Amino acid sequence: MTRLPQPGRLNPLDVVRLARYGLRARPLRAVLSALGIAIGIAAMVAVVGISASSRAELDRLLDSLGTNLLTAGPGSTLFGEQATLPDESVAMVRRIGLIETVTAIGQLPEAKVYRTDRIPAPQSSGIGVYAVRTDLLDTVGATVASGTWLNDATARYPAVVLGARAAERLGLGPVNEDTQIWLGGQWFTVIGILDPVRLVPRLDLGALIGWPAGQRYLGFDGDITTLYIRTDPDAVEAVRSLLARTVNPARPNEVDVSRPSDALAAQAAAETTFTGLLLGLGAVALLVGGIGVANTMVISVLERRAEIGLRRAQGASRGHIRIQFLSEALLLSVLGGGAGILLGLGVTAVYATLQGWPTVVPAWVMVGGITATLMIGGVAGLFPAIRAARVAPTEALAAT
Amino acid sequence: MTLRGVSREYPGGVIALSGVDLDIDRGELVAIVGPSGSGKTTMLNVMGTLDRPSAGQVVIDGFDIAELSDRELSALRAFRIGFVFQHFHLAPGVSALDNVADGLLYTGTNLRERRERAEAALLRVGLGHRLTHRPHELSGGEKQRTALARAVVREPTLLLADEPTGALDSHSGEGVMRILLDLHKTGTTIVVITHERVVAAHLPRQVSMLDGRVVDDRIEVVA
Repeated sequence: MTRLPQPGRLNPLDVVRLARYGLRARPLRAVLSALGIAIGIAAMVAVVGISASSRAELDRLLDSLGTNLLTAGPGSTLFGEQATLPDESVAMVRRIGLIETVTAIGQLPEAKVYRTDRIPAPQSSGIGVYAVRTDLLDTVGATVASGTWLNDATARYPAVVLGARAAERLGLGPVNEDTQIWLGGQWFTVIGILDPVRLVPRLDLGALIGWPAGQRYLGFDGDITTLYIRTDPDAVEAVRSLLARTVNPARPNEVDVSRPSDALAAQAAAETTFTGLLLGLGAVALLVGGIGVANTMVISVLERRAEIGLRRAQGASRGHIRIQFLSEALLLSVLGGGAGILLGLGVTAVYATLQGWPTVVPAWVMVGGITATLMIGGVAGLFPAIRAARVAPTEALAAT
Repeated sequence: MTLRGVSREYPGGVIALSGVDLDIDRGELVAIVGPSGSGKTTMLNVMGTLDRPSAGQVVIDGFDIAELSDRELSALRAFRIGFVFQHFHLAPGVSALDNVADGLLYTGTNLRERRERAEAALLRVGLGHRLTHRPHELSGGEKQRTALARAVVREPTLLLADEPTGALDSHSGEGVMRILLDLHKTGTTIVVITHERVVAAHLPRQVSMLDGRVVDDRIEVVA
């Protein structure tokens, strides 16, 4: 009796060749079923990519704006009335140390802004008038879009700098020296318009005049509405905890202290809820894609009974047949997944570029995408592969 | 190869083989003849270990196939048994060379050696000029010769041919039969299944079947 030969083993290269053979035989069907996977993966990569890019933009923005701006405003008294800040609070805050700049603004609630003196009084524009110190610009990180900022001279005269939305509401384009608006019952010359102020959005709808000008022309009493404080970046929390007691030692409970950059970060956090929803949709698309692959493989097994029979006759064991169909399903979904990742990267890059954001796609998304794809291919291919291996060789050969 | 009391019954009560006893020695060239439905194809499947008998014993090359697992039977087929089918079963869109080379896929041979041996096998069946042609570019006779090359590339000790000339015109059929006779001369055991007595008449031993039984077993010397 001769020795029984050992069953041959397929090397990995042959497995890949076999998988390619099956897909190349029906390219259109392979492309269509890979497309399902591709769309699912692309959706997930794009969602994560766009949200990561948006966060990167926020980080970049916070980096340039600084997270060391604090505001202190009068809260309400124990009796629910609007409190005010003591006049000497600016000097007191400066004494904390670890402070880069402090500035104050005071609102003039009585003063209304109109484009001209002919506009009826009730049609006020909803623009707030604030008396400001000249160091406000640097403290809140604002920039001038057109014209100039107030200086020590213009701060004494009827000159006004408008916030971006205020200028828009008044229908003012770029500044020229003749532009005047009717403010608090007299003409003020518009000398500048600001860019939107990301950290202090309320200035966008404001008309900013010099502190002395407010006192001189509009009867401003010098009450401080809000303090803006730039601290040493490493001492933000320390200063924050001292601020209320420093600003109003007698009634620290009447001082509201906040950090505007927190509001931006909170807004970004709210957007992640939405991202979760979109990710769920991507996962559904991926699931449908996986079902598509499984369907393709089941049909393929039915159609290729003769091929299976022939391979069995040539000495393929059940394991060989299983590996062939499983690797075909894996190859199919990996091709789909790879295309999906590229597509998702493309969508992210285009969207981020259009928004002026940096393009950021975390590496874990791509690793995760490939892993998910392999798992889907494996699950989708397993059942058809087992069925293929169970096909009786005689039955398969008789099929044609 | 020895078959003892081999029966094969299919679900539903169809009896394809009943109590077949048959011995085929190494190096024989045997025709199994019979009308359709006589159990010839089942016989070939059983001899080729593609099917297990419902009863009886099948011993091939010294191995009782009842004692072998599916894996071991697959290995036995890969190394010892070659098949040729009536309808060729060539892979479409794949060159003749690679079709033949795939005959060695499950023997653990590397791709380069598979192709070298495939080329030699195609030369042997007279298709040296058709290596890169794909099946649809080949004539019927050439397809069957490709299929023959695919079966012999493994250098099997047993070659089973199911109606190898059934789908061919007489000229191509003769060419295929000539190749089978040549292979026989090199020592391969060959079993040809056919319903054509004319084809069977070329072969030294003819086993006639009817209704799942061997009704005649005749050995004659070819002129």
